[in-house]
Amino acid sequence: MPFNLLVLACITYVAFLFLIAFAVERRARRGAARWLRSPLVYTLSLSVYCTAWTFYGAVGYAARSGLEFLTIYLGPTLVFVGWWWILRKLVRIGRQQRVTSIADLISSRYGKSTLLGVIVTLICVIAATPYIALQLQSVTLSFGVFAAAGSYGWALPDSDATALWVAVGLAFFTILFGTRNLDANEQHTGVVIAIAVEAVVKLVALVAVGIFVVWFMASGPSDIIMRIGYSDIADWDLVPSRWAGLIGLSAAAVMTLPRMFQVLVVETSDEAHLATASWAFPLYLAAMSIFVVPIAVVGLQMLPAEANPDLFVLTLPLSQGQGGLAMLAFLGGFSSATSMVVVASIALATMVSNHIVMPLWLSLRPTREVTGDVRRLVLVARRVAIAGVLGLGYFYYSHSEGATSLAAIGLISFVGVAQMLPAMLGGMFWRGATRVGAALGLTIGLVVWAYTLFLPSFGPVAMIPQAVFDHGPFGLAWLRPRALFGAEGLDPLIHALFWSLTLNTSAFCLGSLFSFPSPVERVQGLAFVNVFDTERAEPRVWDDQGAADPEELLKLAQRILGDEPALLFFEDAARQQGKAGYLPDPTPAFLDALERKLAGAVGAAAAHAVIAEVAGRARVTVADLIRLADETAQIMEYSSRLESQRSELERTARQLREANEKLTQLSIQKDAFLSQISHELRTPMTSIRAFSEILMEGDVPPALAAAQARIINEEAIRLTRLLDDLLDLSVLENGTVQLDLRIVSLTEMVDRALRAARQTRPERSFDILRDLPAEALFLRTDPDRLTQVFINLIANARKYCDSRDPALRINVKQRGARVIVDFIDNGSGIPKDKQQIIFEKFARLTDQTRAGGAGLGLAICREIMANLGGTITYLPAQGGAAFRVTLPLRLEKSPRADAA
Amino acid sequence: MAGETGPGGRRLARHAMLIEDEPHIAEAIRFLLTRDGWQVTALADGGAAERALRTARPDLLILDVMLPGRSGLEILSAVRADPDMAELPVMMLTAKGQGRDREAAERAGADLFMAKPFSNAEFVAAARSLVET
Repeated sequence: MPFNLLVLACITYVAFLFLIAFAVERRARRGAARWLRSPLVYTLSLSVYCTAWTFYGAVGYAARSGLEFLTIYLGPTLVFVGWWWILRKLVRIGRQQRVTSIADLISSRYGKSTLLGVIVTLICVIAATPYIALQLQSVTLSFGVFAAAGSYGWALPDSDATALWVAVGLAFFTILFGTRNLDANEQHTGVVIAIAVEAVVKLVALVAVGIFVVWFMASGPSDIIMRIGYSDIADWDLVPSRWAGLIGLSAAAVMTLPRMFQVLVVETSDEAHLATASWAFPLYLAAMSIFVVPIAVVGLQMLPAEANPDLFVLTLPLSQGQGGLAMLAFLGGFSSATSMVVVASIALATMVSNHIVMPLWLSLRPTREVTGDVRRLVLVARRVAIAGVLGLGYFYYSHSEGATSLAAIGLISFVGVAQMLPAMLGGMFWRGATRVGAALGLTIGLVVWAYTLFLPSFGPVAMIPQAVFDHGPFGLAWLRPRALFGAEGLDPLIHALFWSLTLNTSAFCLGSLFSFPSPVERVQGLAFVNVFDTERAEPRVWDDQGAADPEELLKLAQRILGDEPALLFFEDAARQQGKAGYLPDPTPAFLDALERKLAGAVGAAAAHAVIAEVAGRARVTVADLIRLADETAQIMEYSSRLESQRSELERTARQLREANEKLTQLSIQKDAFLSQISHELRTPMTSIRAFSEILMEGDVPPALAAAQARIINEEAIRLTRLLDDLLDLSVLENGTVQLDLRIVSLTEMVDRALRAARQTRPERSFDILRDLPAEALFLRTDPDRLTQVFINLIANARKYCDSRDPALRINVKQRGARVIVDFIDNGSGIPKDKQQIIFEKFARLTDQTRAGGAGLGLAICREIMANLGGTITYLPAQGGAAFRVTLPLRLEKSPRADAA
Repeated sequence: MAGETGPGGRRLARHAMLIEDEPHIAEAIRFLLTRDGWQVTALADGGAAERALRTARPDLLILDVMLPGRSGLEILSAVRADPDMAELPVMMLTAKGQGRDREAAERAGADLFMAKPFSNAEFVAAARSLVET
């Protein structure tokens, strides 16, 4: 098959996957596609466990070591069949704490520790490197097969170059796929669907090759069984220690591999999917393994002795001239490699950005303020991290090439990630586990793994001199990498597995027993271990004393989550507290919820740190500690009931307090109203009286008299206008206003408003930033009334925006059947204590004894919007005064008239 | 002390400084006082008032209570705190006409308090009385 055709097939396939991901994400954003998150898709996405190693390597593994390859499937099968005990808890914790990666899980459990986040990230990156190298190797090898088989005179010039191109291509593909946007809960629906599709492709490909081998090359199952009987595979002996060790190892890996954690915990939409996956995923694994032995046996018998068993899946169909089938098998292997690389590098990039880049940025930035768009930083960090991870994989590939078979490389990674198991399981089931213990265990595990397995994998002399293998470092024989503490004669893999996990677990337990957990660790430990006790009153990390400014918190959240999601979250929280607007009280419960929300984007440690900067250091109160110490269920239940009553009372009290505040404000405003009315009427009257008296005296020259008469006239008009405004307001308030509903263009209304508002402070040059494509909407509303609102807002900006280069941004969004128009200027905005009252009559921002407008404009706007079935609100934390007008796209009849 | 006295004795025209943001009211007052033989300087903004006062040294200050930039009461307090101008006669104008404003103005040291709208004759008489006492 021509090489070009092969490359074309790969690119077409990848483009197809990308299109699927893209289309799915668009549909998911519209909230239309519930099936996208079904148990079936979840189960298929778990198949990212089966990489190119499984696809090609299992056959090679079987050809070399008989049924031992089954251990790689048996471990996960055990974990999934027993999902009720471990996986269920893991997924529940992951969802409750909004965990973004396994590094985040461990960091979060042990007091949101930055150090642990860094250690786990390092382990994951180092352990994933051979694994990614493995994928590069398998794709390169499979290219090579086609090159050798082709009669087109083409030969793979340099496998290094091929691997490099594959790495670059995959990096590009992953960056496109996984970092197009920053999701608050770190879910990538499109990627998950693409992986589910790849899961089907690889299963179909492997089964097709299997069927071909069993029924077309051999003559059916009985023939295959006979052939197995004759082959070397039948002579294979089960070594119990290796067998048990490998099953345990793959069971650990299925929970701790970063890519498995990603699909298993981070991408879950529903815990109930686990129940389906508990039988469906083992079935998938069984289907993937059923033809492995037949393919291996037939390959060993029918292909030349020097043929690489790792490639039987490709070479068997090719040897029979089945180009199409070989192509399918190739795409299956390619799918296995790409899905692994995409998910693993997304997971690793998340860890690197959240646990290495974010903490660095938090400590290096010049001011304590959270400035700039954090989201951009995170996205860039992730893209760089993806490229870096693939670069490392390529480096490993080009330095260890040919040294090891596919299966051996994969097992090295497995042992590496298994080092996280003690800290993870210990954290989930043992409240006594501490940060010190976890850090000790992880570090020792990492060092032992690197020394006994990872570094030797580069070849006997590449990293560790031969003398060290023979006599130990500095002549210390008990430190030989293949025979630690004199344990000679063990299989190197089992040797490394045994010592790394034994030392790791011992250090973890001893460290935990001899250290004292911090309060935050205690709180998190309780939340993890007792995750299913939903009745229990949750201990709070934040207390009431913190003087967090909600507006600062909102600014922070906007920089991390994006403007709209942050506003939605704050609005929701405020509503739950019984408050109007966008600024909830910074209660401990709210801070907790916000921290978790942010943790979903940047990880627990960074989220905790940024909130602590606004809210002050987190303190755990005495009451919380008592709650932690007190174990009896009765008291728990009692206190949780008290807690719910207390929060109910708190909510009512807050509502009452707010109502009272509003009433007090209103009564002050009533007084101010009279005083204001008096002022507004007396001012024009003063000029009228003074000039009319002058004119009555009759000794003024005619030209001057005319000018004075004109002033009298102007002031009389001003009086009339004031009375008109008052009447307008009263009509709007009573709902007796006649609306003139028509279909009109929003652009036209904004144009008209901008023209009219230019009369306000005409000497001022004002930048207007509009989004014309978004404005191209047709509304059914009362155009004059809506334009009146726009004029008012624009004129206010012209009047009050105190920026040296004043600018006004007009943003338009359509959300379902409603339209949102935001007017945001770049001045200093409206202080928080005034944001609630600016819409009241005669409420004026400036001090009562200072002059300004009559203070009726926004009150009229509010009434107009109520009549148009919409709202007008002040948007805090937009970097200037910001008003949001929300109204229905199609208003059928006056909502006020309906109510009347 | 009512303004500067030069070697030639009293100045010919009495000088009034008016701080009022409503242009039409300012125009009316300027007309009335000019006709009565005053020299009038009018300012619309409270912020610039103090410096102008220090350079112009008028015989009478007429202050509106509600001003942009700086309120009339604030200007009055600043004037009374300045030893050079502590004795300057000050007339306060207000459109609110409430007792509370009058008290506040008197506490701050206003010599006279006049509610808007006013009678022209009364206004001119009051201005005269302030510089003659």
